[in-house]
Amino acid sequence: MSDTHAHSVAFVRKEQIPQSPPPARQTGASKWLRENLFSNWVNTLLTILAAWAIYLILSAILPWIFNGVWNASSLSECREILAGKTGACFAVLTERWNQLLFGFKYPPELYWRPILCFFLMLVAVAPVLFFDLPRKMLLFTAVFPFVAFYLIWGGPILTPIVALLGCAAGYVIFDRYGKESFAAGFFGGIVGAFVVWIIGGLVVDLVRPENPMMTPVPSRDLGGFMLNMMLGVTCVSLSIPLGIVLALGRQSDMPLIKGICVVFIEFIRGVPLITLLFVASVMLAYFFPPDSTVDLFLRVVIMITMFSSAYIAEVIRGGLAALPKGQYEAADSLGLDYPQAMRLIILPQALKISIPGIVNVAVGLFKDTTLVSVISMFDLIGMIRGPILASTEWNGVYWELLGFAAFLFFVVCYGISQYSQWLERRLATDHR
Amino acid sequence: MGNNPAPGMNTGCFMRPECTPRNGRLHQEEVKMKKTVFFGALTAVGLVAGAASAATLDDVKARGKLNCGVTTGLVGFAAPDANGEWQGFDVAVCRAVAAAVLGDATAVEFVPTTGKTRFTALASGEIDMLARNTTWTFSRDVDLKFEFTGVNYYDGQGFMVPKELGVSSAKDLDGATVCIQTGTTTELNLADFFRSNNIGYEPVPIETNAEAQQQYLAGACDVYTTDASGLAATRATFEAPGDHVILPEIISKEPLGPLVRHGDPEWGDIVRWSLNALIAAEELGISSTNIEELSAGTNNPEINRILGTEGTLGEMLGLDAEWAKRAIAAGGNYGEIFAKNIGESTPIGLARGLNAQWTEGGLLYTPPFR
Amino acid sequence: MTTITDPPKGQFRVSMLLSDTRYRSLTFQAIALFVLIVAIAYLASNLVRNLEAAGLNISYEFLGNPAGYDINQTLIPYDSQSPHLRAAWVGILNTLLVAFLACMTATVFGVVAGVLRLSNNWLISKLMAVYVEIFRNIPVLIWIIIIFTIMTAVLPSPRAFRGDDPTSTMVLGSMAFTNRGVYIPGPQLGNPLFASVALNWVLVLLFLVGSWFGSHALSKWAHAKQEETGELPTTWYYTLAIWIVPAGILLTIMGLHWQIPELKGFNFSGGIKIGGPLIALWFALSIYTGAFIAENVRAGIQAISKGQTEAASSLGLRPGRVMSLVVLPQALRVIIPPLISQYLNITKNSSLAIAVGYADVTATLGGITLNQTGRAIECVLLLMLFYLTISLSISAVMNVYNNSVKLKER
Repeated sequence: MSDTHAHSVAFVRKEQIPQSPPPARQTGASKWLRENLFSNWVNTLLTILAAWAIYLILSAILPWIFNGVWNASSLSECREILAGKTGACFAVLTERWNQLLFGFKYPPELYWRPILCFFLMLVAVAPVLFFDLPRKMLLFTAVFPFVAFYLIWGGPILTPIVALLGCAAGYVIFDRYGKESFAAGFFGGIVGAFVVWIIGGLVVDLVRPENPMMTPVPSRDLGGFMLNMMLGVTCVSLSIPLGIVLALGRQSDMPLIKGICVVFIEFIRGVPLITLLFVASVMLAYFFPPDSTVDLFLRVVIMITMFSSAYIAEVIRGGLAALPKGQYEAADSLGLDYPQAMRLIILPQALKISIPGIVNVAVGLFKDTTLVSVISMFDLIGMIRGPILASTEWNGVYWELLGFAAFLFFVVCYGISQYSQWLERRLATDHR
Repeated sequence: MGNNPAPGMNTGCFMRPECTPRNGRLHQEEVKMKKTVFFGALTAVGLVAGAASAATLDDVKARGKLNCGVTTGLVGFAAPDANGEWQGFDVAVCRAVAAAVLGDATAVEFVPTTGKTRFTALASGEIDMLARNTTWTFSRDVDLKFEFTGVNYYDGQGFMVPKELGVSSAKDLDGATVCIQTGTTTELNLADFFRSNNIGYEPVPIETNAEAQQQYLAGACDVYTTDASGLAATRATFEAPGDHVILPEIISKEPLGPLVRHGDPEWGDIVRWSLNALIAAEELGISSTNIEELSAGTNNPEINRILGTEGTLGEMLGLDAEWAKRAIAAGGNYGEIFAKNIGESTPIGLARGLNAQWTEGGLLYTPPFR
Repeated sequence: MTTITDPPKGQFRVSMLLSDTRYRSLTFQAIALFVLIVAIAYLASNLVRNLEAAGLNISYEFLGNPAGYDINQTLIPYDSQSPHLRAAWVGILNTLLVAFLACMTATVFGVVAGVLRLSNNWLISKLMAVYVEIFRNIPVLIWIIIIFTIMTAVLPSPRAFRGDDPTSTMVLGSMAFTNRGVYIPGPQLGNPLFASVALNWVLVLLFLVGSWFGSHALSKWAHAKQEETGELPTTWYYTLAIWIVPAGILLTIMGLHWQIPELKGFNFSGGIKIGGPLIALWFALSIYTGAFIAENVRAGIQAISKGQTEAASSLGLRPGRVMSLVVLPQALRVIIPPLISQYLNITKNSSLAIAVGYADVTATLGGITLNQTGRAIECVLLLMLFYLTISLSISAVMNVYNNSVKLKER
């Protein structure tokens, strides 16, 4: 072989060529650029177009932001300071930040209460969102709603205590009797809670102190971004249990219960939230007893909770449907009855699957709380469209205010959706 | 909320919210609670308030606060200032009623309402009275079952246009784009006006005054139309108010006044006569500066009757003798309120016009206090 | 644990209602029915008592009374003397119009952004990711207000077109972009065949439908030919001719010309006006929902396993054909159900028209009519009925579709 080789080929290399570095265009930044930005003429064109668009946007926005005026008492003063230059008038934010965050009626000396409440809320939701935290923290989560109520609304401390005691009594009764018969424990718990609330309500009225330690704040005085947060958090947390019940009801084989749940869910999902808010603002009052009026805040909470519970029910139904049928059969074969099977086997798994979906509903709902501005509630958007833009000083400051609102919502919603993605990845590894 | 009564004011226990539930009202509260268990539980959580039974006066006294519906913000008439305190012409009426009934002009809960929510809020008892530049019309009075308790401002719908358009009469507005604030009688008047003059226009209905201003200033509409007082208030907030003119045509009659629900004439009387007291005070020369002096007794029996030093007018209303005195002391007489909130010395700069006393050629004419 | 026995026969005991599975569901349903009836009766009696106390009644007679207000954009004839019912119809049609337009453009935005997000161009895919995240995480109400404000603040008012030395001029001499809306040339028939304008356009439409059948038949023929000979005949110019020639001849006969908008008095007149509120709402809804659709499209394309692409390539298909013949048909099955629920969201979100003054059904029936008549309960109920009808019919269509594309597995 080697002979023929030697004859037929003029030159055969005997030694190896030393390794040479890869061509310049195949390495480092230039390779990355070629592959990712200029791989063919379509991509090159797209890259140039995109860069041009980014340049246009940034060249419009950056000077506006960096020339911003932070100290002025009115728009005309801002314009004087800017003297014809492009620039934002962020002074409206520094002057009205408290109104944007808390509404115009919440007493300024009490701002520490919602702020404290906000941080406590972070502590309270942490164990729900991150499974690694000690489970004992859930105890604080259970108490948090009552603390939050006391902090935000103030008034006699007995009110939240009675509400808490009622819930505790209901839970104790359920814990005691629920093991034997779920129904007995469940209804007993509800009755127990109501007994405590009614007796407690009378007691609270009797010993109402002249000057409660925490100044009461009527819910009409709530406003700004705080109102969006409160509506979002309250309605989502209320609608999860309701959503579970609706989802189970829709899966039930009792035709009547299934029918009720289907009609409710489809009805709520079929109409826009704004019509439900109209119901809250102009119609619901007619459905309460003639001698009582219910706070607009509470009416809105009722309607938004109904709204989000229908969506959450559909998410959970998806979770229930995704469980393999074997799980149901396994629970049956262990001889568990329906409540036990649901509580111990089905729901823990189904809820786990549905958490990302629930988080998505929660983000959507939080964004939708801005719609309350249409029914004359002064949430963040309501404050901007109403009192602030209508005032003599700040008439015409649109971009700064809308940008601020957009920024706040973006931070919160983007944060939550990043959490949701993290959770999805985590749950996915759990299944492997 | 300040609980400091003005000097010389009768501060009986019934006026302070914290002591009322124990006197007699408690029993009623209990009954109410038993009746509706669910609401009882909610009341314990403090979000439900009993209200809106036939006797509004009792409810207001029991609550210790007057729930008064106002606009969501119209400078001069009702708008929260930088400190969140409501100020304005309509607000002053609420304060006067609160002072008359509760003895405390600050004991008012202002409920912002939109054009859409105001009537439901009143009908459902969420508010005790509505003072939200609402036009007194037949159908609102008769069909919607409300009781207008007088007129606190005689208004009419007008047009504002930029000066550069060179329009001098509303009849030149053929084909113009008109911004309207929705939820008022404005849309109807506008349609009628253009129809009867046989000219066309393009309506742009806008929800809030602030947005309507924005549209108008950006030139997205040629004309802005609302009540003439509102136009003046809006123009006052412009950077260059002189660049805009209010056209001479007033195309409608807009008697604006406070209103209450049908079916509680006693409460209607209180609101009506609190307003009348403010108007009469101006006519008779009672003002916030001389009211103390006059209440010592004067030669004019009508002044004496109003201020409660003679006769039993207060008792007839179900109030104490000094009700009207407190109402007037709260913000001054009609003229003072007008001057302070919307008068010529304010940025809004409205002339008295139709809203002068009848003795000065205006329409303000209160029935006698007798 | 227990031996199998027959179910206990014997007399019925009350406790069996709760403990025996044969009766338990009946018991629960009876309880549920009872609670439901009590709740409805409670609410109804409250309603009756409240209405009595306020001296009101429920009646829909007001729908026949003259509305008394004008609407700036109407698809059907309407003036201020028309009844409230007609105003509601105007609103319904406007809702459907903006929803339809927004669905179209949102799909385009969404598909483009979703596909580009998967592009191997780093800058473009990041840019699309930023677009999706920014629009998904900020409330649609804020977007509607922002875009409406941009329109009014950035576009010139018609006044800017006036005078000898106008600051703005019309694009291509025929289109005017103003902050009141966009004015474009409108087709006019100089020599109509029928007196009624609409009838002429119906005729044109009929011709186009005929063209559709024609081009369909042509492509069928071409495919048959391909089956037969293995070669696909080039037909695109025939298709083009089938579409253009008949309608073109008809329009020429009817004397089609374009009417260019011109500034008269306060506004432009002539041509077609697309109102500012409509544009703002349309654009805001499309770009907001487009971000959601982009995510659906991306998920749909990623859901197709790589093996499918590889298998298609190994058959010798070119990349474009791989996409159109293998990946997309499968991805559509994943994309379409969420896409339709996004369409539903657009329809529901169009009720935010109230923020920009677009006369949709929430602004006419649920807005001015409600304000003027004070008939809150009736108006809100009708409003809900309308949206419910739309939603349920779209879901019905979706169910039919889902069943038709269901993976037929053996």
